[in-house]
Amino acid sequence: MMFFFLFSVSGNASNPEFKKKKNSECLLRLRHEGLLNSCPAGVASCPASSCPFRSPRSPRLKLLESALLLGPRPTAGGMEFSELIRTGRAQAELLRGPGAPPLRGTLCVTGHHLLLSPGPQATSDLWLLLLRSVDSIEKRVAGDSGTITLRCKDLRVLQLDIEGVEATLDIARSIEALSSLESVITSFPFFYRPKGLRLGDAWHFHPPEHYYKRVARETNAWRLSEVNEDFSVCPSYPRAVIVPRAVDDDALARSARFRQGGRFPMLSYHHAPSGTVLLRSSQPLTGPQKRRCAEDEELLRAVLAGARPGARGFIVDTRSAQAAKQARMTGGGTEAKAAYPGWKRLHRPMERGRPLQESFVRLVEACGDLEQSMDRWLSRLEGCRWLAHVKEALSTACLAAQGMEREGACILVHGAEGTDSTLLVTSLAQLILDPLSRTMTGFQELVEREWIQAGHPFQLRCAHSAFSHARPKHEAPTFLLFLDCVWQLGRQFPLSLEFGEGLLLALFEHAYASPFGTFLCNSEKERCLCEVRTRTHSLWSGLNQPKEQRKLRNPLYVLNPLAIWPSVEPQSLRLWQGLFLRWTRPPEPSEAAWEKVWQIVTDKEKTEGSQPTVSASEPQP
Amino acid sequence: MEHIRTTKVEQVKLLDRFSTSNKALTGTLYLTATHLLFIDSHQKETWILHHHIASVEKLALTTSGCPLVIQCKNFRIVHFIVPRERDCHDIYNSLLQLSKQAKYEDLYAFSYNPKQNDSERLRGWQLIDLAEEYKRMGVPNSNWQLSDANREYKICETYPRELYVPRIASKPIIVGSSKFRSKGRFPVLSYYHREKEAAVCRCSQPLSGFSARCLEDEHLLQAISKANPVNRYMYVMDTRPKHRMQSWWATQKDIGRIIVRISSKIWNDEKIRESHEQKRLNAMANRAAGKGYENEDNYSNIRFQFVGIENIHVMRSSLQKLLEVNGTKGLSVNDFYSGLESSGWLRHIKAVMDAAIFLTKAIMIENASVLVHCSDGWDRTSQVCSLGSLLLDSFYRTIRGFMVLIEKDWISFGHKFSERCGHLDSDPKEVSPVFTQFLECVWHLTEQFPQAFEFNEAFLLQIHEHIYSCQFGNFLGNCQKEREELKLKEKTYSLWPFLLDDQKKYLNPLYSPKSQAVAVLEPNTVSFNFKFWRNMYHQFDRTLHPRQSVFNIIMNMNEQNKQLENDIKDLESKIKQHKNKQTDGVLTKELLHSVRPESPTLKTSLCFKEQTLLPVNDALRTIEGSNPADNRYSEYAEEFSKSEPAVVSLEYGVARMTC
Repeated sequence: MMFFFLFSVSGNASNPEFKKKKNSECLLRLRHEGLLNSCPAGVASCPASSCPFRSPRSPRLKLLESALLLGPRPTAGGMEFSELIRTGRAQAELLRGPGAPPLRGTLCVTGHHLLLSPGPQATSDLWLLLLRSVDSIEKRVAGDSGTITLRCKDLRVLQLDIEGVEATLDIARSIEALSSLESVITSFPFFYRPKGLRLGDAWHFHPPEHYYKRVARETNAWRLSEVNEDFSVCPSYPRAVIVPRAVDDDALARSARFRQGGRFPMLSYHHAPSGTVLLRSSQPLTGPQKRRCAEDEELLRAVLAGARPGARGFIVDTRSAQAAKQARMTGGGTEAKAAYPGWKRLHRPMERGRPLQESFVRLVEACGDLEQSMDRWLSRLEGCRWLAHVKEALSTACLAAQGMEREGACILVHGAEGTDSTLLVTSLAQLILDPLSRTMTGFQELVEREWIQAGHPFQLRCAHSAFSHARPKHEAPTFLLFLDCVWQLGRQFPLSLEFGEGLLLALFEHAYASPFGTFLCNSEKERCLCEVRTRTHSLWSGLNQPKEQRKLRNPLYVLNPLAIWPSVEPQSLRLWQGLFLRWTRPPEPSEAAWEKVWQIVTDKEKTEGSQPTVSASEPQP
Repeated sequence: MEHIRTTKVEQVKLLDRFSTSNKALTGTLYLTATHLLFIDSHQKETWILHHHIASVEKLALTTSGCPLVIQCKNFRIVHFIVPRERDCHDIYNSLLQLSKQAKYEDLYAFSYNPKQNDSERLRGWQLIDLAEEYKRMGVPNSNWQLSDANREYKICETYPRELYVPRIASKPIIVGSSKFRSKGRFPVLSYYHREKEAAVCRCSQPLSGFSARCLEDEHLLQAISKANPVNRYMYVMDTRPKHRMQSWWATQKDIGRIIVRISSKIWNDEKIRESHEQKRLNAMANRAAGKGYENEDNYSNIRFQFVGIENIHVMRSSLQKLLEVNGTKGLSVNDFYSGLESSGWLRHIKAVMDAAIFLTKAIMIENASVLVHCSDGWDRTSQVCSLGSLLLDSFYRTIRGFMVLIEKDWISFGHKFSERCGHLDSDPKEVSPVFTQFLECVWHLTEQFPQAFEFNEAFLLQIHEHIYSCQFGNFLGNCQKEREELKLKEKTYSLWPFLLDDQKKYLNPLYSPKSQAVAVLEPNTVSFNFKFWRNMYHQFDRTLHPRQSVFNIIMNMNEQNKQLENDIKDLESKIKQHKNKQTDGVLTKELLHSVRPESPTLKTSLCFKEQTLLPVNDALRTIEGSNPADNRYSEYAEEFSKSEPAVVSLEYGVARMTC
C-alpha cells in the first residue's frame, strides 16, 4: 500500500485487551499520527459528529442511505460493525510472499482494517490491511490451527496462519462480512483523517470547469452550460458541461433525451494546433424505427461549424457495425449517415464488460503460477487476450488522435453507454496529443475530468478485482486497461511522461480500495449526495504531498511538445510486469537500478545547481 | 569483382517491411565489392554487407517491377523493387555469388583495412591473453597445471594449444582419454573457482559403445574430482535432451533389449529410475551407437545430470519459425504469442539458462567440480560453460571480461563459428544460432540484473553483428589450428580493440561493480522472466522500438555530471589561484568562457537531439530507408478514406515524434 493506512481501533469493544499495555505503545504512536479520531464500531469515546451511527440522522441522510446501498445487503448500512466482528483477536503468523519475512503477532479485526501487531520484542511496525481491499478469502483448518488466504484487489496474496480453529473461522467470517460491505457512507474514507491534510483541501485541485473555461475562452465556439446544475439532464455528467455556443440549453436537454443516460455529445478535448475537438457521448436512441432528433443533429452540426468551415467529422463507434445495428432492437443504435451530414462513422470494436473482466482474471491466474512451463505460460498469455485488448485500445485512440491531428477532423467517440471504452479512447487520445496531459498535474486532471467526472462507474466496475469468486455483475477493468495503455506509452516514450509507474500503480490500488474518497461512487451526482467532497479526503491531496513525489515521478521527464505516436505492433507491447507480477517477482534489482537513476538525476541537478554559485561570485566589471 | 555485372540501378523502390499499404522509398541501388548500398531520395544510406546476406529471393514480376527480397543474418530484411527485370536478375546473381564465398581468403576481413600499422594490429591481437586469464583464475596451482600435450595439435585438433588439466593426470592418461572421447576432446579445465577450489571442465561425449570402457578416461575424471580438495564428488552434466533419440530407439528395439539386459544393473538403481529413466534410455540408445555417456559403474564419485538443451538443428528451425512469425504483416497479438510459443525459442533459451544455473549451484552450494559435455562439446557445452562462468565471476560481466569469456569458451575451445554462421558456402545443416542464444541469455541476465553488467545491449548487438560480418578475423575459421593456418593474425584485424576504442557507447550507466549482492548472479528462470528480444530480432525495424532511450539519457547525464564536477574543481582551483594573485578582472572572463559554452549543450542534448537506439553510428548500422518515425497505422488510412479515396490522400501514420 502506498500510504500509511489509518484505522480506528480505539474503542473496539470486542478486543479490550488490545488496548492494554503491550500495545499501548502502538496506540500512542497511532494517536500521534492522527489516526485515532474516528470509530465506526461506535464507542462512546469517539466524537459523535464523526460517527454516522450515533449522530442524530437527518432525514436526508436516511434517504441517502437507501439510495446508496447498491448491494444486496439492505440492512448493513444501519448495522454496526461490531455486530459483524466475531472475534477481535488471535495469534497469527503472516506470510507475505517471496521477499518479505513472515510476521508474527496478534491479529485484530476492526471495522475497516485487519491489523497485526507484532510482539513487544519485535521491531517491525504494525501491519495493516484495509479490509475493503480483500478480494477473496479462503479458510482451511487442520488440527488446532487454521490458515486464511487473503487475495487482495491489488493482486497481493497473503497467508495468515492462525492459532485456534474457532478463532480462524471467526476471523474469516468477520473479514468476509466486513470486506463486502457495499454501502458508501460507512466506508473507510468517511472515517479517514490523516494528519497534515485538511478536509476539503484538494477537491478543487482539478475541477473540469477550469479546463472548460479555458477552452471556452480560447475558442469562442464553446460555452459552459448550467443545464446540468441539478443533474437532471444527465445524471452521470458533472454539474458543469461544455457545449457549442450555438446550441441553447433547451436543445441540449432534448439532445440528452435522445442519448442513452442523457449523455449528449460533450467536449472532451480541444486540440489547439489543428483547431479540432474530441467529443464523447452515449449511443443515440434511434431504436428500430430509426428515430431522429433535430437538436442532436443540430448540436453536431454546430460542432463542425465551430471548428472551421468545411471541417469534417468522424464518429468512432467502439462497437462493431453489427453490434451497433443490433442495439437498435433494444432502443439504442447509431447515427444514421443521412441525418448527420459531414460526419462519417467508423466502427472499431472494443472488448468491454464481462469478457474484459474474464481476460483480467485469466491473466492474473496465469501470473500466479510460478511453476508452469514456458509453453504453458505463453499459451495462457495468448489465451487471456489482455494484450490484444491493450492493442485495440491504443490503436483506437491513435485513430481518434490521428483524425484530429492529421485530418483536421472533429471526432465523436461513443459505444453504448459511453462510460467505459469511450472514456478509454478519449483519455488516451489526449495523452497522445496533448503534452500538458503528460505532466503530473495534467494527468491527474485528465483522470479527474475524463474518468471520475465523466461518470465512469468506479463503484460498480471496481467492486471486485481478479480473485473474487462472486459472479461478476458490473465489474470490468476498464480503468486498469487505461492505466496499462498509459504504461505502454511510458515505456515507448520513457522521457515524455512526468509521472512514473508509481503513480499508475497507486491509481490502480486506490480505484479498487482506498482510504480516500476520490474513486467513491459512480458519478458526480452520487458523490454530491454522499457529500464525498466535504466528508472524505481527496486522493490528489494525498498524492501531492512532497514525501510521495519521489515514488510517483519520472526522474527523466523532459517536456516533449510533440504528439507521441506509440507502436501498436505486438512486438512493441509488453506485459506490465510491475503490476501483474508485482508481488510474485523479487523487485530488488530493478528497484536498485531505479534508485541509481534517481541518484544520477539528483547528482546532475546538484552539480548544475552549484554552477551558478561559482559564476555568481564574479564581480561585475 | 568478376561477379558484378551491374553496379548501379536507379529508380529502385525500397518497401517498408511491415506496411500494409506498400509504402516505399525510391532511390538508387549500388553494388560494390563488399556492400550493397541503397541511397534514397533523402540521401539516407542503407548499407548491407554481402556477408550479412543470408538469402536472396527474386519474386514474381509485378507491374511496378521485379521484387527482390534480401534476408540478412543480423535479422535485417529488405524488400526492393527493381524496375527492369534484367537489372534485378543481374543483381540477384551477383549477390548470390558475393554472399557465398568458397574460400576464406575472399572474405571481407582479408581486404578490410582500418588504417592501422602492423604493430598496432599485433597489439590488437594481443589484447586478450588467455594465459593471463588462467592466471587470474588462479591456475596453474598445486592441483592444476598447464599441459603441453596438445602443443602441436597432436591430440585434439579443435582444442587450443594450451590446456589446463589436473596435476596428477599424466600424459598417457590424457592421450588415452582423448581416444575415448569424440573428436579427441578430452576433459580439460574451462573455469576455476578460486574460492571454492572447484573447477568447471568440458569435454565431448565418450565413445563408450555397449560396454566399452576406458581406464584412462576414468582416471582423468578421478583426477579432476581429486583436484577439488573440498568435495570429492563431481557432477557430469550431459546437456543433451531426452527425446532426441526416441525415433532411433524405436527402430532399434532389438539392440535396445540387449542394452537393457546389459545395463540391468542401472535399471535396478531406484534413484536413477525415478528421476532420469527417460533420459537414461536415450543416452543408452546413444551408447549403443558407439557414443553416449559415462557408465556410472566405471566412474567413482560422479553424479550424472542430464539437462535438456536441444541440438543445433532444432535450434535452427526454431529461430526460423520465430522469424517467420515476426515477419508477418499486420500480426495480431494472439498470433504473435502463439507463434512465439510454437517456435519454442524462449523454451530453448530457458533450458540453456537453467543448465548454467545448475552448474553455478553445484559449485557455489555443493562446492563440487562439474564436467560439462554434449555430443562434440563445442556448442551446448560452450553455452553452458560460458554462461556458468558469467554467473559465477563478475569479471566476465565487464566489457573486457566478456571479451575474454568469448575468447576462452567459444573461440579457443573450437566453437565452429565459420560453420555455425555460414561464413563460407558450406553445408547449411551446420548453420545454427548457438552463439546468438548465448548472447540472448546474457541479455536476459542484463534485464534481470540491470546493475550487474558493465556493458549494455548495444555491445551484445555489435558483437552479434560482427560474428557474421567477417570484417574482423576473430570469428573466422572453426578452431585455433585453422586460424593459425589462415594466418589471421597477420592478415586480418581483431575486433576487440575497435570495441574498446568505442567503449563509451557500450557502457551501462547503471553499472555498480561494488554491489556485493551481484557477486554471484542467481537469476530467476520462472517463465515470465523470458521476453522476446525485440532489439535483436527487430533491430532494423525502428518503428517497433521505443522512440526515446533511457540508457542514452542517463549516460549523458552521468557524463555531464562528471564533466561538471571536473569543471567545478577546475574553477575552484582557478579561483584560489586568482585570489592569491588578486586579479579579479581576468577571472571573470575566464570563468565566463569556461562555464557558458557548457550550458546550452546541457539543455539540448537531453531533450530532442537524435536519440539513436543503438548508439553505433557506424555506416554499416544505418537504419534502412524507411522513415524512422513511421508508425504504420495504415489501416486507419483506409478507414478514413474508404468511401472517398479521392479526397483523402494524406499519409497516415507518420509519427511526429522524431526523438
